[in-house]
Amino acid sequence: MDERAAVLDLLRENARYTTADLARMTGLDESVVEETIAALEADGVVAGYTAVVDPAKLDDEPVRAHVECNVTLDRETSYGDIAKRLAGFPEVASLRLMSGDYDFALDVEADSMGEVSRFVSEKVAPLPEITQTVTHYVMETYKESNHRFDAEEGDERISYSP
Amino acid sequence: MSETPLQPSDRVASVPESGIRRFFEVAAEMDDVVSLGVGEPDFATPYRAREAAIDSLQRGQTSYTANKGMVELRERIADHVTRYGLEYDPGEEIIVTAGASEAIDATFRALVNPGDSVAIAQPAYVSYEPGVRFAGGEPLPVETRAEDEFVLTRERLEAAGAQDAELLIYCYPNNPTGATMTEDELREVAAFCREHDIAVMADEIYAALTYEGDHTSIATLPGMRERTVVFNGFSKAYAMTGLRLGYALAPPHVIDSINRIHQYSMLSAPTTAQHAAIEALDNCGSDVEEMCTQYDRRRNFVLARLDEMGIDCFEATGAFYVFPESPWPDAGEFAETLLQEEQVAVVPGDAFGTGGEGHLRMSYASSMDDLRTAMDRIERFLE
Repeated sequence: MDERAAVLDLLRENARYTTADLARMTGLDESVVEETIAALEADGVVAGYTAVVDPAKLDDEPVRAHVECNVTLDRETSYGDIAKRLAGFPEVASLRLMSGDYDFALDVEADSMGEVSRFVSEKVAPLPEITQTVTHYVMETYKESNHRFDAEEGDERISYSP
Repeated sequence: MSETPLQPSDRVASVPESGIRRFFEVAAEMDDVVSLGVGEPDFATPYRAREAAIDSLQRGQTSYTANKGMVELRERIADHVTRYGLEYDPGEEIIVTAGASEAIDATFRALVNPGDSVAIAQPAYVSYEPGVRFAGGEPLPVETRAEDEFVLTRERLEAAGAQDAELLIYCYPNNPTGATMTEDELREVAAFCREHDIAVMADEIYAALTYEGDHTSIATLPGMRERTVVFNGFSKAYAMTGLRLGYALAPPHVIDSINRIHQYSMLSAPTTAQHAAIEALDNCGSDVEEMCTQYDRRRNFVLARLDEMGIDCFEATGAFYVFPESPWPDAGEFAETLLQEEQVAVVPGDAFGTGGEGHLRMSYASSMDDLRTAMDRIERFLE
């Protein structure tokens, strides 16, 4: 694995590893680790860092919905154009173009079901290219970004074994 | 108790209790112990292998298998070990056992006559010496040394008088030192064994966890296959310790002898585990790769932290152990005080026999969080 891949792999595992620990784990110099991270950020490979939050553990649990959107294109309007308009809304946490029965998949997050509904009906559905939306509310999240929210804690192993 | 006719045999009485037991009892009373004392992976068995085990149970596949293990499993093992250049016939030269430990114990009993001398490269896994004694043999410790990075050399074999031994057992990649042996180093041992007509038991349970270069099996060297029993298994590479599954590879007459004992003591290895192992060999290679990547990073991390603390440690290149020098002359006292004051569990090297004195075994089969905590605590303890 080259240094870029090694550092990226570790950051994806835990973005809070210190550069000193990244250096120890990869055997690279700390300065090389810093340069590699800077390059990954500058190239846009690493677009940002964020915490993986179990929404159920929050005092005010946000409402999440998976929204399927169908669109119609014309000569002047591409998928990219529509995506730009949709991605601008802060309620849209993720946006993907999909193969299959529908075109766009949106993850929409807001404080209440009403807010999500209003967002979809007032901001998404009225766009001229949008022909249909189907909203699925998230009921429970068990795993996100490789982190299990239902995992049992603790090391079951006995503390000394040969 | 002396009134009862239920008395341990002289053989059992001659084998002392494991040296790490007293530590275990102290640690069991403590909260918040971070353990580097564990000789098994911190990963769970790859998910697909667990699913295969469950599936086999649901289909009711809970009967005995052939004594030597399921044919389908032995065929896959035969195929798997070709990666080390080993060619064994699944019908006659492979036996599947309840962990490599069972295979090793049965092999001692199959090969050792009363009074036979069995050379044991030490520091070593704790079961070899008792296994030799239970079989009626005489253990002959062959001390490996820190200055040789704990590899076995002709010089050490000669110094111990191993030329008169009937059998030699060693484990590389090594528990407890993390040492590995290169092909050239093994050639020297092979030549010694051929010259003195010594049989070899090569415990290669950690073969898949080799971080620098490729693992070499002594059985691939000229004139060695016919005098060697190779042991491997699923516990370490596939994180299947609790499923208890290992195997031995040897010429047909040796497998027959091992099977003579195995069929009367174990009958067959656990069936559920055999189903898991088939799936492991078929589809869990990438899980092993991922675990290896993780171990290698942790190895680098621990070696770097020890170095920064000024603790001397040779660069262990296999298994999931490092074997640093104890900062105090008495490693047992260091391990005990470290446990009491900082709740970090490490094992004093002398628990693994001669050559381990003054060292500590630290396992890096723990999460990065635990390793960082353990290293921080050791650093604080030394200040």
